[in-house]
Amino acid sequence: MVSGILVCEAGCILENLGTFLDNQGFVVPLDLGAKGSCQIGGNVSTNAGGLHFIRYGSLHGSILGLEVVLANGTVLDMLGTLRKDNTGYDLKHLFIGSEGSLGVVTKVSLLAPPKLSSVHLAFLACKDYFSCQKLLLEAKRKLGETLSAFEFLDSNSMDLVLNHLEGVRNPLPPSLHNFYVLIETRGSDESYDREKLEAFLLRSMEADYISDGAIAQDINQASSFWRIREGIAEALMKAGAVYKYDLSLPVDKMYNLVEEMRSRLGQSANVVGYGHLGDGNLHLNISTSQYSNAILAKIEPFVYEWTSKHRGSISAEHGLGLMKADKIHYSKSPQTVQLMSSIKKLLDPNGILNPYKVLPPSLLPC
Amino acid sequence: MTMKIMVAVKRVVDYAVKIRVKSDKSGVDTSNVKMSMNPFCEIALEEALRIKESGLASEVVAVSMGPAQCIDTLRTGLAMGADRAIHVDYSATLYPLSVAKLLKALVDVEKPGLLILGKQAIDDDCNQTGQMVAGLLNWPQGTFASKVVLDKEKKVATVDREVDGGLETLSLDLPAVITTDLRLNQPRYAKLPNIMKAKSKKIEKFTVQDLKVEIKSDLEIVQVTEPPKRKAGINVSSVDELIDKLKNEAHVI
Repeated sequence: MVSGILVCEAGCILENLGTFLDNQGFVVPLDLGAKGSCQIGGNVSTNAGGLHFIRYGSLHGSILGLEVVLANGTVLDMLGTLRKDNTGYDLKHLFIGSEGSLGVVTKVSLLAPPKLSSVHLAFLACKDYFSCQKLLLEAKRKLGETLSAFEFLDSNSMDLVLNHLEGVRNPLPPSLHNFYVLIETRGSDESYDREKLEAFLLRSMEADYISDGAIAQDINQASSFWRIREGIAEALMKAGAVYKYDLSLPVDKMYNLVEEMRSRLGQSANVVGYGHLGDGNLHLNISTSQYSNAILAKIEPFVYEWTSKHRGSISAEHGLGLMKADKIHYSKSPQTVQLMSSIKKLLDPNGILNPYKVLPPSLLPC
Repeated sequence: MTMKIMVAVKRVVDYAVKIRVKSDKSGVDTSNVKMSMNPFCEIALEEALRIKESGLASEVVAVSMGPAQCIDTLRTGLAMGADRAIHVDYSATLYPLSVAKLLKALVDVEKPGLLILGKQAIDDDCNQTGQMVAGLLNWPQGTFASKVVLDKEKKVATVDREVDGGLETLSLDLPAVITTDLRLNQPRYAKLPNIMKAKSKKIEKFTVQDLKVEIKSDLEIVQVTEPPKRKAGINVSSVDELIDKLKNEAHVI
């Protein structure tokens, strides 16, 4: 395989695709915690993001073609394998992220990046959110093309993980820092990339963006750093009831929402913020001992209004589905939603594809 | 007590890598594969650092033997906290007896009070070097250590060993050789301030000639193959069929 273009059926499990590509020296441009069970067709229909979005971009860029079955049974062959094709309207983009509401994805043609052998991971502590932002800016400039992940988590997230997950230890003992950042680089030259990362981190420490940090010396250590970031969702589940919000916001405003939510809820809940800082994507989670309407009333619609006011997305990567379909107006104008509804009626006049999802019920066919 | 601790560390294919056998069956494919410090060597170094931090030793010296890339492994050791490092430069394969002879020569130069190694390397699983070097030095050995307690006054190391029947406790007069097992400790991460400090720590180079050791290749690798793929199981229809298969096919009864 020279081109790095993978053509496969929608039911292939992401991890298996990864193993197949690995043998040939390529990687899937997508990495999720659920890779052991999720299927590529689903990833396409939900426009899954993942940890390496900052490096490989959206599926809108990596997908070269699709085969889709329409509501009327037509098998639409758009399974191109070309990097450039400006012939007509690029319809595959309608289906990517449409959550199966416009058609069922049956085959995928995916551009797989070459596997780069030198991977480095650093776990860093920052004293405040401003430092995290400066670090991100510097990382994009100084690590440039080798930057492959930039994640953040606050001290409440770290505290949850240390308390609720087995076999997890604080990489930067003894105390809890206010913020933690994970920076990953992927390149082709082990020594050069490591020196570049070390030089960057040294300068960042001198500039006081970082107060402490550790670099993983082997894959096992790297996995234990990732376990902390990837384990937050699991720790939240174990801690009790959780209200989850997945938002896109301007990076400089992002943590303000976490702090405002904290002061709104006071002692009644543990507000936790983490996410893909490099993509401007916040995972805001509110952890309580039990679900309560009183708490929900303090969270919604405040969180959506706040996001809307900052022209953010009320669903950065998780989609709208059933629960957020009626909230679409917080992030999309009425005219835009109206056009979406027309397209839905055109492609699925009888409303058989994933009914009641994505668009508000009033605008759906039938 | 100005006791020095020497720790031998080996650069091996990273434990988490899915290895592949080369098509000519001459060995494992190590091109473009992530290399790291052998996990048991990491544990050995961690133990040495803890002993030093408790005030029972004054210096930790890390040693690695092999091609120039061993320097990366030594830098990791220095970043964890070793005071200085020694690189024995040799590009061909070194088997345990050769490593043991080279270690003995280094011990004669450095005169450490304790030599700590990992119990085995995860690439060859030999589990021989520690025992051989103890024999060459005529030093006591505590292998598969899961606990080490040093007595400064009496110059004795009490070592709990993991053995098939459970735990065995030995008392070793120093100087001694200890090889480390998994449960001895959890190695520290290399932190940024130490990684930066490590850049200016000394790495001394020795050749095999400097140490006056003749490397003889007394082992020849004939073939390296993958283990046979696990075959699917079958259902048998009766106890008689089971007994027949156990007797005549599996030959276990």
